[in-house]
Amino acid sequence: MPTANMDLKFLTIDAVRTAVQERKTTAQALAEAHYARIQQEDGQIGAFLTLSKERALEQADRIDRMAAEGKTLPALGGVPVGIKDVISTRGVRTTAGSKILENYIPPYDGTAVARMEAAGAVVLGKMNCDEFAMGSSNENSAYHPVRNPRDLSRVPGGSSGGSAAAVAADMAVVTLGSDTGGSIRQPASFCGVVGLMPTYGRVSRYGLIAFASSLDHIGPLAKTVKDSAIVLRTIAGRDPMDSTSADVAVPDYVGELDKPVRGMKLGVAKEYFSEGLDDEVRQAVEAAIDKLKALGCDVVPVSLPHTPYAIPTYYLIATAEASSNLARYDGVRYSRRARGVNTLSEMYRRSRDEGLGAEVKRRIMLGTYALSAGYYDAYYLKAQKVRTLLTRDFDEAFRKVDAIVTPTSPTAAFRLGEKSNDPLAMYLADIYTVTADLAGIPGISVPCGETKEKLPIGLQILGKHFAESTILRVAHAYEQA
Amino acid sequence: MKVTDQDVVYVAELANLELTEEERAGMLRDLNSILEYVDRLDELDTSEVPPMAQVSDRYGMDEAKQGSARFAYASREDVVEGLRKSLPREEVLANAPDADEEFFRVPKVIER
Repeated sequence: MPTANMDLKFLTIDAVRTAVQERKTTAQALAEAHYARIQQEDGQIGAFLTLSKERALEQADRIDRMAAEGKTLPALGGVPVGIKDVISTRGVRTTAGSKILENYIPPYDGTAVARMEAAGAVVLGKMNCDEFAMGSSNENSAYHPVRNPRDLSRVPGGSSGGSAAAVAADMAVVTLGSDTGGSIRQPASFCGVVGLMPTYGRVSRYGLIAFASSLDHIGPLAKTVKDSAIVLRTIAGRDPMDSTSADVAVPDYVGELDKPVRGMKLGVAKEYFSEGLDDEVRQAVEAAIDKLKALGCDVVPVSLPHTPYAIPTYYLIATAEASSNLARYDGVRYSRRARGVNTLSEMYRRSRDEGLGAEVKRRIMLGTYALSAGYYDAYYLKAQKVRTLLTRDFDEAFRKVDAIVTPTSPTAAFRLGEKSNDPLAMYLADIYTVTADLAGIPGISVPCGETKEKLPIGLQILGKHFAESTILRVAHAYEQA
Repeated sequence: MKVTDQDVVYVAELANLELTEEERAGMLRDLNSILEYVDRLDELDTSEVPPMAQVSDRYGMDEAKQGSARFAYASREDVVEGLRKSLPREEVLANAPDADEEFFRVPKVIER
């Protein structure tokens, strides 16, 4: 009988599914083993906000009965997963890392969760994150920070910090995260796991608690590129419940993984290797690029000249959209309400004041300012125009290359508290990731070595719209080499 | 300084946020430092550049279709419970801080 000592380290989706299918173990035992691991480890890491044990064991039982009856298990049959707490789970508390939603029980499942469960995944619980996914270190969670499993004095990255840390610490086989400015790829890089942000519209966002609607994406964090491909195949595709989900066929990401990368053209942009890039990160990424060359890829220089303008553009657009999206937390339908209020407007203000954290308020203020009369043209409209320029940079580059390789983050994981008093310094942690969100292109972060202090480093591979197959293939070839 | 204390008070009012004096001072400092950084956008001449609100009209679409025809797949018949059944009222109201069996309850809006 498997116990907490069961080796969860090398468990991938196929390993789990095969073991459960062949009755070498049960989905229930695997779920229990992960809960035991969570019990043992998560006190010091803090990756989970809520456990959904009843729901998990019911699903595990369903999968075990299928296996017992000799039925073929679906792609994620019996696989223990975690869901970032910005994605709604029916009957399971969903807080978005905020006090204002501390008692919110969604009456429906997000489509990505529903598709994961329909494919046999066992949802262990909800993953800690920065409040409303706003942050790059997970220190903005209203509950508690997450610590990096590789070094507990360091942050796991953010905002999907819990999702990355849980995979890194073998508390889940895969997790779902969300990426608005780098929130899947940057924590994946900091924790040494694989993180995939699909093309805008590739995965339905129905049930995702909105931060910035033109930038929000759902995607997987996993131990391997192949697991990321399996999850993407499961959750991708048109969903009538999300009108922004694209009506574009979903290819067989897994089947295409092993196609050769020889002759593929990879772009390297000098703008992603400039000032502010840590030396050890630079060396690791350059070594990774050499390895891709050795695999037969052609590496060619490309230029993305507007890159230095990405962060300011992002922080105007994302905050403007957030200020509008977060207006719904008013103490009426689902959020916490302040006590002892006499008028409606007092209720709105006091409820938001008590329920929202400092970074969320800062972004609502910045976004409201950028949209307000007299500043709209100078800030919001200006940012939208620069967004066009940033997107054209990629259009131009992708005429010459199949994918672009960059560092995921300019540094490895920093220490808790190191940047928490300087919002601008924190924003710059996303300098290599935000542009892909603005352009809506897919990106993946795959581990590419460590610093001398044993901190993981991430290689980012960016692709054309709906070319997830290409970046998965490059990432897979690199990982397997 | 681009943003004044008065601006902070005004914007907080627009955003329905009530800030303490301490929060206001912090906000004044942070907004000014962020906006100062944002000013580098002025280096770019964007007079001929169209604004971009979102990406979904640019990619993966049938290029032959124009305007809203490109999004025809995203529209649906305007019928009751067209996509799914409405959520059960009691489940929805269960999340409200104050409700009776039918409605959300809020402080009185209109004085008699």
